[in-house]
Amino acid sequence: MALILSVPILTIVSSVFEPTGDNWQHLKDTVLSEYIGNSLLLICGVGSCALLIGVSTAWLTAMCRFPGKNLFVWLLLLPMAMPAYIVAYTYTGMFDFAGPVQTAIRDWTGWGYRDYYFPQIRSMSGAIAMLSLVLYPYVYLLARSTFLEQSVGVMEVSRTLDCGPWTVFYRVALPLARPAIAAGLSLVLMETLADYGTVSYFGLGVFTTGIFRTWFGLGDYTAASKMAAVLLLFVFALIILERVSRNKAQYHNSSGKLTRFSEYRLQGFKAWGAFATCSIPLFLGFLLPAAQLFLWALETWSDMVDERFLELIRNSFLLGFGAAVISVLLALFLGYGKRILPGKTTIVSIRTASIGYAVPGTVIAVGVIIPFAWLDGRIDSFMQSSIGISSGLILSGTIVAVMFAYVVRFLAVSLQAVESGLGKIKPSMEVAARSLGCRPLETLFKIHIPLMKSSTLTALMIVFVDVMKELPATLILRPFDFNTLAVRAFELASDERLADSSTAALTIIFVGLAPVIYLSKIISQSRLEQGNI
Amino acid sequence: MKRLEVKQLDISYGKKQIVFDVDFSLEESQIGCLLGPSGCGKTTALRAIAGFEKPTKGEIVLNGQKLNGSKTFVEPEKRHIGMVFQDIALFPHLSVVDNLQFGIRSWPRPQRDKRSGELLELVSMSQFEKTFPHELSGGQQQRIALARAIAPKPSLLLMDEPFSSLDVELREQLAREVRLILKQEKMSAILVTHDQDEAFAMGDYICVMHQGRVQQTDTAYNLYHNPANRFVGEFIGEGALLPGVIADTDTITTDLGEITGHLMESFKHGDTVDVLIRPENVIVAGANDNQAVITARYFRGSGYLYTLKTSGGAELLCLIPGSGGLQIDQSIGVRLQIDLPVVFKRPSPGTF
Repeated sequence: MALILSVPILTIVSSVFEPTGDNWQHLKDTVLSEYIGNSLLLICGVGSCALLIGVSTAWLTAMCRFPGKNLFVWLLLLPMAMPAYIVAYTYTGMFDFAGPVQTAIRDWTGWGYRDYYFPQIRSMSGAIAMLSLVLYPYVYLLARSTFLEQSVGVMEVSRTLDCGPWTVFYRVALPLARPAIAAGLSLVLMETLADYGTVSYFGLGVFTTGIFRTWFGLGDYTAASKMAAVLLLFVFALIILERVSRNKAQYHNSSGKLTRFSEYRLQGFKAWGAFATCSIPLFLGFLLPAAQLFLWALETWSDMVDERFLELIRNSFLLGFGAAVISVLLALFLGYGKRILPGKTTIVSIRTASIGYAVPGTVIAVGVIIPFAWLDGRIDSFMQSSIGISSGLILSGTIVAVMFAYVVRFLAVSLQAVESGLGKIKPSMEVAARSLGCRPLETLFKIHIPLMKSSTLTALMIVFVDVMKELPATLILRPFDFNTLAVRAFELASDERLADSSTAALTIIFVGLAPVIYLSKIISQSRLEQGNI
Repeated sequence: MKRLEVKQLDISYGKKQIVFDVDFSLEESQIGCLLGPSGCGKTTALRAIAGFEKPTKGEIVLNGQKLNGSKTFVEPEKRHIGMVFQDIALFPHLSVVDNLQFGIRSWPRPQRDKRSGELLELVSMSQFEKTFPHELSGGQQQRIALARAIAPKPSLLLMDEPFSSLDVELREQLAREVRLILKQEKMSAILVTHDQDEAFAMGDYICVMHQGRVQQTDTAYNLYHNPANRFVGEFIGEGALLPGVIADTDTITTDLGEITGHLMESFKHGDTVDVLIRPENVIVAGANDNQAVITARYFRGSGYLYTLKTSGGAELLCLIPGSGGLQIDQSIGVRLQIDLPVVFKRPSPGTF
């Protein structure tokens, strides 16, 4: 089972060994170094911005008391609901030359074109800003929970040893939280590498856009998959970084009971500084673009909401729901299998199957379509030779391929949720149930299923939303004339019909808010529990 | 008829054998303990009785019925054996009363409610009926876990380190409480523990295990005063081994003079042996007696426990009641007062 799921990645890896065509040589001579350079620049930029925003807000909301702090704890997560490409074109609409902001400046000052300096949104630094604004919550989440969890005792000790807040931060809290921060950072970087919508809208040459150009522009599948293989190399480096830092984080987390840390009370300009630090990313990452989209949607929704729009919603929901159910069922199967048969093979196959999440959608799409097309060709020629009918494309041009790609990409998400749910059920509970007269199947229904309800729901929800937002794999794999909300929003935006795309974009954001709010509810619950101890 | 008989039990995990030739039995409403250091195989033996491990050899017989064999293997849920765990394992999604009724869910409602009410009273937790496990303290949770296990009136109750996740002060108190509850319910039970105070507080008899084998099965008194071998002697209670030489059929010569008493016939003149000396065997005497130097002292409430070093370099423990006027490095005269000496042959250097 897990083997089937790793087919796309294996396809990409094996493409390295295929003979090189002219196109590949040409690409290597011309654009490859540009792609590598741009990708590196992008991940460095996004990485450092996300670190700065994520760690500072995490520290402030975990350790300090200032006006609005309790709200910020969960509000700061909201940008997670924003797909980067939507934020990107919203900002473009607002700050472009023809946008309301620059127009207002010109009207007010009477300046003309090129009379003044205004930062170019559609640029590398623009892309870095957009991606950091929506991705910093990964760092924020992980950093904040470690600040809360591990360092309380240590930090109190350092306070008794005459350390001021800044010293505690630099000398104690930051080094202790480093593994968790690194794990969050590697998630940010994976998402950055996987991003297609933003970079393509901004016209930047990085790997994901390069794969698209090679695929659709040159029609060279081998070259495209070789490009994908180079991208995979980066991704694997990040996976290793993440794994290593997670292991270390586990090691550090073993401190016993949680006690409530006496927060630093911030007053005067310090309090306002903290307020600003937290509200700027929230404003720029969520409130401003959401408000702009809302204004646009007010103007255009009556034109946009029609039969076709309803069909888009139906398609998106269908795909999201289908992929969510399939991947959660698979995750349950794999997770339970790991528990019953904790052999090496099981663990290795689960590891391989769950790498998908780190792999960019573009890469997976290429990896899916190559073996599927081959299989289709085989089936077709078999059908033609045996019954004389052409079966056409059964797999590669259909929803099957799209669904398969989603499952490969998002299985890890559901697997993680399911495994954490299973982890809460101690082995002794199973033993207890059986010693109280439950047969194995009855135990599953009486103990496992009720206890895992919430984590399974979380998994369903997250996969659903991820699929709703997914862009590159859908773009490559979707059947002819088949559209989703994400694809439509992106297409309209690419056609410079920004206002028209806002209704679809808002729908995606609205659905995406559900798991974010749910997540934040969990966070505030754990905070309450802490208060009780 | 005995409630439980375990005969020549062998258990292996793969190629590694964990339990060797374990034998013990349990009478009606008796509480037995498996006591031993961690990794001695006691939990594995318990899991085999519950049906979660398959023995490679031997028999487990409950109420005269054989539970394992080459053809028959009674599944855990059919054995009618209750279990209490170290990590408590209450079902977090069920309230206290639902946890209690989990094992008796097939009973008619009135009987079920009556039984759970009875048990809540027995463990003095009636007011917590509707509470959820995470709202209870560790001790309360373990009481509910005990009540849950005995609710279906199992023929046997197994307890795997039930108190080790609790605070030290709570452990012995709860152990005594649980013993009373079990006696009231006329429950036959086996407790697995590494803590001898717990075993002493709970068990009618104790089976000491080490490296997968039963070392001695006896009452607490006999384990302390008449250990069957060197391991039991050192593991149970406090004490030290004093080297000596067999001088006669009833005399041993040591640094602290001669010890007399009945000795086993297998000892021959000139054998080198170790004599088990408990702290209460050492009496402070006058300056004419053998001298020992105090090397350490520990306050023990009713008195002080001293570590002494004899002229020959052997270390002894000595418990002296009172306010403790003796200082470290002081030399005192001591005498041994032993009725029945516990003597182990000293292993030759190559064999231990």
